[in-house]
Amino acid sequence: MIIKSKGFYEEFERKAGRKRTTHYCAGCGHGIIQKLIAEAMADLGIQDDTVFVSPVGCAAFCYYYLDCGNVAGPHGRAAAVASGLVRAIPDKIVIAYQGDGDLGAIGFNNAFQAANRGDGFAHFFVNNALYAMTGGQLAPTSLPGQKTTTSPYGRDVVKTGEPLKVCEIFNQLDRPVYIERVSVADTKRIMKARKAIRKALQIQKEGKGYAFVEILSPCPTNMRADSVKAAQFVTDEMEKTFPLGCLRDRSDEEAPCCMDIAPRSVDDIVSADYEGDEITDMPDIKERKYKFSGFGGQGILSLGLVLADAASELGRHVSWFPSYGPEQRGGSASCSVVVSGLEIGSPAIDHPDVLVAMNQPSLERFLPTMQSGSVLIYESSVPLEIQVPEGVTVYPFPAADIASDNGVAKAANTALLGCMVELGLLDMPDEDVAAALARSFAAKPKLVDSNKKVFEAARAYARERLV
Amino acid sequence: MRKFIKGNDAVTIGAIYAGCDAYFGYPITPASEIAHTAALYFPPLGKEFLQAECETAAINMMYGAASAGKLSMTASSGPGVSLMQEGMSYLAGAQLPAVVVDVMRTGPGLGNIGPEQGDYNQAVKGGGHGNYRTIVLAPNSVQEMCDLTIKCFELSMRYRNPALLLADAVLGQMMESLTIPKDMLPREDFSSWCVRGDAETRKNLVCSIYLEPDLQEDHNWLLQEKYERMQCETMSESYLCEDADLILTGYGSCSRICRSAVDALRSEGYKVGLFRPVTLYPFPQNELNESVGSKDVLVVELSNGQYRDDVRLHLKACDPRIELANRMGGNLISVEEVKTKAREILEDGQ
Repeated sequence: MIIKSKGFYEEFERKAGRKRTTHYCAGCGHGIIQKLIAEAMADLGIQDDTVFVSPVGCAAFCYYYLDCGNVAGPHGRAAAVASGLVRAIPDKIVIAYQGDGDLGAIGFNNAFQAANRGDGFAHFFVNNALYAMTGGQLAPTSLPGQKTTTSPYGRDVVKTGEPLKVCEIFNQLDRPVYIERVSVADTKRIMKARKAIRKALQIQKEGKGYAFVEILSPCPTNMRADSVKAAQFVTDEMEKTFPLGCLRDRSDEEAPCCMDIAPRSVDDIVSADYEGDEITDMPDIKERKYKFSGFGGQGILSLGLVLADAASELGRHVSWFPSYGPEQRGGSASCSVVVSGLEIGSPAIDHPDVLVAMNQPSLERFLPTMQSGSVLIYESSVPLEIQVPEGVTVYPFPAADIASDNGVAKAANTALLGCMVELGLLDMPDEDVAAALARSFAAKPKLVDSNKKVFEAARAYARERLV
Repeated sequence: MRKFIKGNDAVTIGAIYAGCDAYFGYPITPASEIAHTAALYFPPLGKEFLQAECETAAINMMYGAASAGKLSMTASSGPGVSLMQEGMSYLAGAQLPAVVVDVMRTGPGLGNIGPEQGDYNQAVKGGGHGNYRTIVLAPNSVQEMCDLTIKCFELSMRYRNPALLLADAVLGQMMESLTIPKDMLPREDFSSWCVRGDAETRKNLVCSIYLEPDLQEDHNWLLQEKYERMQCETMSESYLCEDADLILTGYGSCSRICRSAVDALRSEGYKVGLFRPVTLYPFPQNELNESVGSKDVLVVELSNGQYRDDVRLHLKACDPRIELANRMGGNLISVEEVKTKAREILEDGQ
């Protein structure tokens, strides 16, 4: 029977079997380490404020013993769980506890990234140079030549690498406040471990940031040794590879402040932006399907958006569906716009009522899909070499030239919009289209007037040559 | 009040009105805009945003935040959601609320970024280990990208279970009008189980492990009872099914394509209707049977019959005729293809 330790539960109700003894093997370091943590929590008066994240493995059951809030997560993810916790309860104290397989192998990146971010939790890393619970397998921390159940001939460093020195790696990072390696192999060392554990928790109490303590710990069961020999392995062998000592202590420094972002309300962020009225069904408005297509960078997606915005402002049902991803970088871009007085079914278009094509691939791809009664407008500098389906009205339009002639070479899309207005393809008042065009340059007010000029010139051309 | 907005952005708006406290995520096309707007809007609202080092980290950060009684979300697409499956299982096992958004792209493997619905089985049947279920909602418009995100949080809180919004690339990338929600979603009290670093919750434990087989079995039964209770939450839509000879059925963007096909076929004189599940788990079995009865069914999906298999599973009619019209690889099925298949079935039946 053990005497109740400070910070431990009175009785271990969550544990099956005996309620006053831990489940750890004789000579195991875990019980000592958890006692030190519990005692430090009690002495610092932080049990109410603390959430402890248990790992997977022998220490999966820390929550049997530690009298504080307890969370148990997946193998390797205690650091990630802690990273989530510190953001959920930033003023509270979070402890993550992991073994060497858990932290050094499967969950290394989560631990490393948490350390790099300087996430504010105490991170205890128990290194016993093997996987214990799963049956004494090779760990990233196993020593060269060490025999384990998965290195029966001894660890071959040529094939499996050298022991992972986590403290030394983390010490390359800027944000950790405190990094120390200790041991619980004998009384003298336990007293130093006690000090380090208390320091890591004190740093949390003061809200200073990330603290990492690696603890070398004996595992007699998997070393097939008695307690004394297992402890000797730690002091005589492990410490050669994993020297004890403090690698960093910046606990006297002020904790840095994060970037100040001015607070805003939901109304301010979301609602203020929403000005349109409710959409009401308008059965008189016939559904029209527009396809815009060209090279990425020709403003095809924006052209569709101006039309969609204008129709949306008028309270019509509108959908805008773009091609996206790598396709739009340098390759072809297209978007489908459906405007309707009633609820829209598919936002994708099989047969456009209006096709605006700015390059050859667009003609090749979409012209064959057009049906009788539909309208094609294409950039007239592109040769029309494809059979036009029967009943399609075709308008060649020099959008690029009109844009250049009016001083905005990039505004061919604006010219096409003017052409569509003049040809009566948009089924809405001209001024609403012009207003949507102006809105599309809200971020670049300098371009409003020049685009207006292009827009008007295009309308004039269409009026004189096409109508 | 409304605005013309992208589907992915509407998810973030929904999350804000649901009272989501934190976003943890890793970028992936075609879901990234959700992270972009969360990064923009969450910090000034006092919410947390963190771009995690990987999807595994993101889902476990959600596990941590949920343990503390906070609402969190992530958004990803196939490859990323696959990486989160272990975490989904843990969230379900530990009974934690959290919302995952899957804006489906194509697969298997890297696939491409076009729309597909190949994640149906993973989402609906549970892609992780163990006897668990995920609440799965399938929006079909920008409005529903917002509204069903809120519903995901509501159900996730009510049942202390992860909820998944199963969208696809069409819904994520398209723009439509969004009418913004009027009210914030009320928050449930998590004090009885969460661990938030105070005296009241100090006694609590969040975990999914029970070493004793009997206790683990009890826990499993408790979860199964919960999944039974969820069955009252089904949602669906039925369109012109009453007098129909053939019922089209599809979810998400396919339901929109089906609707166009129904309207077009009706104008040609064919009597067709549409059944659209909104909840995929719990599956609206009664509603499906009410709409379909013993009529023929044409399932439309962007996958290899994964949804068709569920329709077959849930239909009570004896030996119903269930046909499949589907595309994969990033190709949308066209209204024309659906119409052609429907006509074939209708004419075959005469």
